[in-house]
Amino acid sequence: MNIHEYQAKGLLREFGVKVPRGYVAYTVDEAVEAAEKLGTDVNVVKAQIHAGGRGKAGGVKVAKNMEEVRTYAEEILGKVLVTQQTGPEGKEVKRLLIEEGCDIQKEYYIGVVLDRATSRVVMMGSEEGGTEIEEVAEATPEKIFYEVVDPVVGLMPYQARRMAFNMNIPHDLINKAVGFMTALYEAFVAKDCSIAEINPLVTTGDGNVLALDAKLNFDENALYRQPEVQELRDLDEEDEKEIEASKHDLSYVSLDGNIGCMVNGAGLAMSTMDIIKYYGGEPANFLDVGGGATAEKVTEAFKIILSDENVKGIFVNIFGGIMKCDVIAEGVVAATKEVGLQIPLVVRLEGTNVDLGKKILNESGLNITSASSMADGAQKIVSLVK
Amino acid sequence: MGVFVNKDTKVIVQGITGGTARFHTKQMLEYGTKIVGGTSPKKGGSEVEGVPVFNTVQEAVDATGANASVIYVPAPFAADAIIEATDAELDLVICITEHIPVLDMVKVKRYMEGKKTRLIGPNCPGVITADETKIGIMPGYIHKKGHIGVVSRSGTLTYEAVHQLTQAGYGQTSAVGIGGDPVNGTDFIDVLDAFNKDPETEAVIMIGEIGGTAEEEAAEWIKDNMTKPVVGFIGGATAPPGKRMGHAGAIISGGKGTAEEKTRVMKDCGITVADTPAVMGETMIKVLEEKGLAEKCKTL
Repeated sequence: MNIHEYQAKGLLREFGVKVPRGYVAYTVDEAVEAAEKLGTDVNVVKAQIHAGGRGKAGGVKVAKNMEEVRTYAEEILGKVLVTQQTGPEGKEVKRLLIEEGCDIQKEYYIGVVLDRATSRVVMMGSEEGGTEIEEVAEATPEKIFYEVVDPVVGLMPYQARRMAFNMNIPHDLINKAVGFMTALYEAFVAKDCSIAEINPLVTTGDGNVLALDAKLNFDENALYRQPEVQELRDLDEEDEKEIEASKHDLSYVSLDGNIGCMVNGAGLAMSTMDIIKYYGGEPANFLDVGGGATAEKVTEAFKIILSDENVKGIFVNIFGGIMKCDVIAEGVVAATKEVGLQIPLVVRLEGTNVDLGKKILNESGLNITSASSMADGAQKIVSLVK
Repeated sequence: MGVFVNKDTKVIVQGITGGTARFHTKQMLEYGTKIVGGTSPKKGGSEVEGVPVFNTVQEAVDATGANASVIYVPAPFAADAIIEATDAELDLVICITEHIPVLDMVKVKRYMEGKKTRLIGPNCPGVITADETKIGIMPGYIHKKGHIGVVSRSGTLTYEAVHQLTQAGYGQTSAVGIGGDPVNGTDFIDVLDAFNKDPETEAVIMIGEIGGTAEEEAAEWIKDNMTKPVVGFIGGATAPPGKRMGHAGAIISGGKGTAEEKTRVMKDCGITVADTPAVMGETMIKVLEEKGLAEKCKTL
């Protein structure tokens, strides 16, 4: 789960991570009020959307007086920002962060991530701040430093010191940088983050070490124990069908094609998309109904697929393990009776309780094309949709 | 033979009184798995499917001599369950539970360092050695005893591969699901190494998916160490970058972890990669024919 920059900064502040003062604004008047409250000569007007690359797209402006705050707020609010992370359709700006300007000496990079290779949390740092870390990794990998954290003791001060020295942070600011890194690691662990990225981290003329930007992602599996984080979710930033799916604990991702897919198991769901494409079709979605699905959940899944106007046919591909085929069959029958079905439906069932599942579908009287295998099903739905 | 588990493996079911666990306890017993006990706090003394229930793993081990466990407890309690099984010094713990917070798994993995217990999973279908024992949630009837090993990050794709092999008349030794999470216990290399040493296994199907670099590392290991042919497949060629595809570990981030890259590395390391998931079995049979192993592996 993602949150906005202003929310991330608010959360980090609670852990003692230094961030510039700032306020969120939903309207132009609120933006001006926020700037007045800050009382600083220079303020930054920053678009709040769940995507990076805002600066390059014109979503971040430095205002030197109140008039400029108003002008920039008017310009940015309601604007559709297109960045390399939003896709061509872009994202509409509905919130602004009004923040005090600061006297930047130098920009750095600090990130905390889960490293799959070591199964540990790793802190990454570089003196090449302000650009995408992937670009730094490509061009000058020797300028990125890593500290692997032992979960028993957490990030040790010596590790943070070593990182600060490696990043060439000025000696008089080493202690502040160490404090910053330690607090950032603590926030990462306490809030079950999956990514905490500060880009840029800056040193300022008045001798501070500050997070000029902050990006936090959270482990969705841990949200049950992070009620404050859950409250920061901004549904405007998410796909409607994905929101509906998450309410029912379904794993759903919207795609651009016209063949709706309902599958159990993430690997099979991905491969079902792959094989549809292999036979010349385009999948409309990824949908994993999961292991413990009930007939009601399957019904909801079916309704979500049908709510996508692009969908011209549906392929249900089930290999039951924990998931029982009869449960899927009941759900499919219930959903089609509830919402009607005007488009082709191909069903392939295999695995736990397969005979029972096939019997339910056969006796339902519904117009269902059955498939004997995954390839057979994919070919059938592709030809039915064409 | 087969790997990690066989007909003598004595299993306890952690969280045996839950609905899913009850269903699969019955299925495992029907397959012939030696389920000797189960645990469920405060329900010790009762029975599930004729299997005695204990309050703690240690009590269950002391009373039954179990050497393995399978975990069905809900995600918030799963890390605790794995560590409890580790402390009871079981040889093997198979964790079926999905959606465990990743930082819980970071701690679990750290805790298990240097301990004798092997963890398989979490978020996996379990392990089956055909016609001997089934520990997990896979449908038993699709498996047939034979000479092909299967290892996979995905449960349902494992079933798909096994089913294709069985239908074509090629049985399996064991099928091992290592799970779809970014932090897991046993990795591809551990399983490949076990298959390499297993005298019954003649060839292996390895099924990966997008995210991380485990497939690339396994491919390099295969090139240097594996004496048996390996057929591969990677799911998620059409997955968009930056989106989590169901499994917590299945995400392309920063341009890393794509199916294209994994497939390329696997081919470079001498692995035959199936074009679609529907031809994993077919591709294996072709490789067996080329290597002169087809007759030996044909079980029908």
